[in-house]
Amino acid sequence: MSVELLDAELASRVLARSLERGGDFAEVFCESREGFALQVDESRVESPQRGAERGAGVRVVSGEVSYFAHVDGLAEDDLLRAAEAATAALAAGAREPRQLKAVEVASPSPIEIDPASVEPERKLELLREADQRARSAGDAVTQVSASYSEGSRRVQIFNSDGLVASDERTRVRLGIQVVAARDGVVETGFETLGATQGWELLSGDPGRIADQAAAKALALLDAGPAPAGETVVVVGGGFGGVLFHEMTGHGLESDAVQKDASVYAGRMGEMVAQPLLTAYDDGSMPGEWGSGAIDDEGTPSRRTAVIEEGRLTSFLYDRVRAGHDGTESTGNGRRESFRHLPVPRMTNTYIAPGDATPEEIIADVPDGFYAVSFGGGQVEPASGDFVFGVSEGYLIEGGKVTKPCRGATLIGNCLQALNRIDAVGSDFEMKTGFCGKSGQTVPVGTGQGHVRIAGMTVGGTAVS
Amino acid sequence: MSGEGPADLAAAAGRAVEAAVSAGASDAEVWAESTREREVRVHAGEVESLTQATGHGIGVRAWIGARTGYAYGTDLSDEGIRQLGAGAAELAGLADEDEHAGPADPGGDPATVEGLRDPEISAWSAERVVELAKAVERGALDEDDRVSSVEQAVYVDVDGRVALATSLRDEPLGYEASSCYAYTQAMAGAADDRQTGLGFGVGRSPASLDPEVIGREAGAEAVSMLGSSKPASRSCPAVLADTVAASFAGFVGGALCADSIQRGRSPFAGRLGQELASTALVLTDDGLDPDGLSSAPFDGEGTPCRRTPLIEGGRLLAYLHDTYTARREGASPTGNAFRSSYRSAPSVSTSNLVVKPGAGTLEELVAEAEAGVFVTDVAGLHSGVNPVTGQFSVGASGRLIKGGELAEPVREFTIAGDLVELLASIRSCGGHSRWIPFGGSVKTPPLLVAELAIGGT
Repeated sequence: MSVELLDAELASRVLARSLERGGDFAEVFCESREGFALQVDESRVESPQRGAERGAGVRVVSGEVSYFAHVDGLAEDDLLRAAEAATAALAAGAREPRQLKAVEVASPSPIEIDPASVEPERKLELLREADQRARSAGDAVTQVSASYSEGSRRVQIFNSDGLVASDERTRVRLGIQVVAARDGVVETGFETLGATQGWELLSGDPGRIADQAAAKALALLDAGPAPAGETVVVVGGGFGGVLFHEMTGHGLESDAVQKDASVYAGRMGEMVAQPLLTAYDDGSMPGEWGSGAIDDEGTPSRRTAVIEEGRLTSFLYDRVRAGHDGTESTGNGRRESFRHLPVPRMTNTYIAPGDATPEEIIADVPDGFYAVSFGGGQVEPASGDFVFGVSEGYLIEGGKVTKPCRGATLIGNCLQALNRIDAVGSDFEMKTGFCGKSGQTVPVGTGQGHVRIAGMTVGGTAVS
Repeated sequence: MSGEGPADLAAAAGRAVEAAVSAGASDAEVWAESTREREVRVHAGEVESLTQATGHGIGVRAWIGARTGYAYGTDLSDEGIRQLGAGAAELAGLADEDEHAGPADPGGDPATVEGLRDPEISAWSAERVVELAKAVERGALDEDDRVSSVEQAVYVDVDGRVALATSLRDEPLGYEASSCYAYTQAMAGAADDRQTGLGFGVGRSPASLDPEVIGREAGAEAVSMLGSSKPASRSCPAVLADTVAASFAGFVGGALCADSIQRGRSPFAGRLGQELASTALVLTDDGLDPDGLSSAPFDGEGTPCRRTPLIEGGRLLAYLHDTYTARREGASPTGNAFRSSYRSAPSVSTSNLVVKPGAGTLEELVAEAEAGVFVTDVAGLHSGVNPVTGQFSVGASGRLIKGGELAEPVREFTIAGDLVELLASIRSCGGHSRWIPFGGSVKTPPLLVAELAIGGT
């Protein structure tokens, strides 16, 4: 289904105006986005919110310089003014844009039930149920906050190469935070369910995430301080994939590579991991959080093998960086909105499933740390140093998961840590996340089965 | 300035209030803003991107009795505004009643804060700010031969105006403000030992930034980390660089916002009036300092901004309130209802957090520490600080302190502890403070902390 936000004739005029003062490439990115959100906090429905935005970004690329202007609204005058503002600094001869020709790319995530068509009361019921379930998990549960959000983003892209492409991305997400307290100890548990899908995502038993979040908070009440020092670390499946996203994925984004601000620069074709490790970025996965028919430059989404059997095989490209390396975009030119320039970004990034079961992976560890999920993380791509906060962690003793730990941090260097992965689980799962870079936040999917890292530093409050 | 003049913006806000009320809202509040923004990114002496943009939008909060709804949008046509007003009223119908909900009391004149907008901002051409960004990059490269390159030098400015109308006010309020910042990330060394350093500056216009100082700071920081190793785990005194102190101050400020307190999500809940911090720490929320980028005549609900002492004499003196949290506990609003933009309803937030400087230079703080760590950077704060419990464990880098002097660089270690205990263990504050855009808008000197847990080898 194609989206029409702007008349093709007007788009052609804006493109022609954009190239009047020179430039190699011009693009008009039009967007209309609508969102709805609701929250139940302290068992009360709070802050129902709705938003609608519409606007365009005009980009002109000259050599490797991007000139950009964006406006709210899609009125002809505003668009033409944006084209002029973007190119005010250029002073070369005019170029003619090519004739526009529509490209149809089917969405990998067809929507069965438009969430906007569902009565708000049903969304409320869902949150109330989640709230009740979390509260009934134990007397120690003191606070519950449940949130629902839906968003639809329609984009249409025209460029001077003659491309017209469009996409509609509808996302639904349920989140729940549970606070539990006992004897002065306070702990939190958080769980989400989200996808590039319609209301059908929430059929089945979405309230199960309330049980999970509550169980997490309650388990942590008995936690002791995390150990500090070097140890074997087993990372959980699903959201554990955020570790790979941060420590390796960002270093594969071609803008960092080209500035020599990535530890992976100059290592194409080298072994960077053990042969048991293969990893992909795939924006065409049906329904996943980072999926779309096209990226935000109109390039069809696809699966890119970034590491094959331990060998580095591809970086992630948008148009400008692909041009610099004389290659093609891998469909990773993404932007937060029409107010932002596209930059190379991950879509859904994951370590492909291996052979081992989680039990086998843990059974081989006499003494170690089990990081089930992370509160988030940060990596410095240039040095490869990273830090992760563990939101749910346990000790591994004698091949078994034992006591819960609070306040653990994983810290290390990505080249070393990736190379030390010596087991990959078959229990593959994808999770939702939001990734920030260059002041832009985009939805991304992360995933993996259980993964074991032979040695890594755990920073905790237990100083020996 | 951007397309909508002050009169247009105020008129749009007024029409949206009427639209909500005629759709059944008992009260309504409208925040309208229009902005003009520029961003320059420079790399290797060349412009990488140059962005020039205009934007506008309005956010409508509507009440039906004690129920609240919110809608925002960018369509300022008559029909667009009518739909927004009606939408907000309809959403209020979905919410549960909350007896404390309702519009702010319109009493009290807006505060007078001079210099929120520096006209220089529109006097500087795109070419001039491009030159500024290039000068930032050169500053980093000139600082030391070991600086290999600069990942990016970035300059951003915003020139904007806002209008606020509510059903309880006869006339809309409004103001103009400008802000800008520049930063760069310098890289030093080669593949097997590559380190990065950050330099930044903030102000009301490019005229207030010194590009060379920003660049040199980034270069010096990157070079200072070359040859670093992992320190041994220990518990020791620590000097927190101003940037690190600002990040922690931001978390403390967030935990002093009354919504966190009332919902039991703050380590400071139930501790008002208690002696919990070191007497060396004087912490104020200052919404009136013209150099603080969060200063304004009024907050996101129209309550006049003001100065609120938070910690003094070791004692916790106040929580920060908006209209809702103040009504909930019979307190007065402190002018701390803030919005990140028209896209969000106001919520309680710090304005500018100011830590009062003590006496003495950084060298004197280091000498006082005698043996320990000088922490120059922290990472993973978002995941590593638990704002509910106050516990933290974050990645860090810096220099060792030996014999009262800075010694070799260290990295890849963690610092861990508890926010409230951290406040109690502050031994002295440095004599020089500056504005730092981390953890909100914070002005702080470096701090000497008596004891901190270091996790390394």
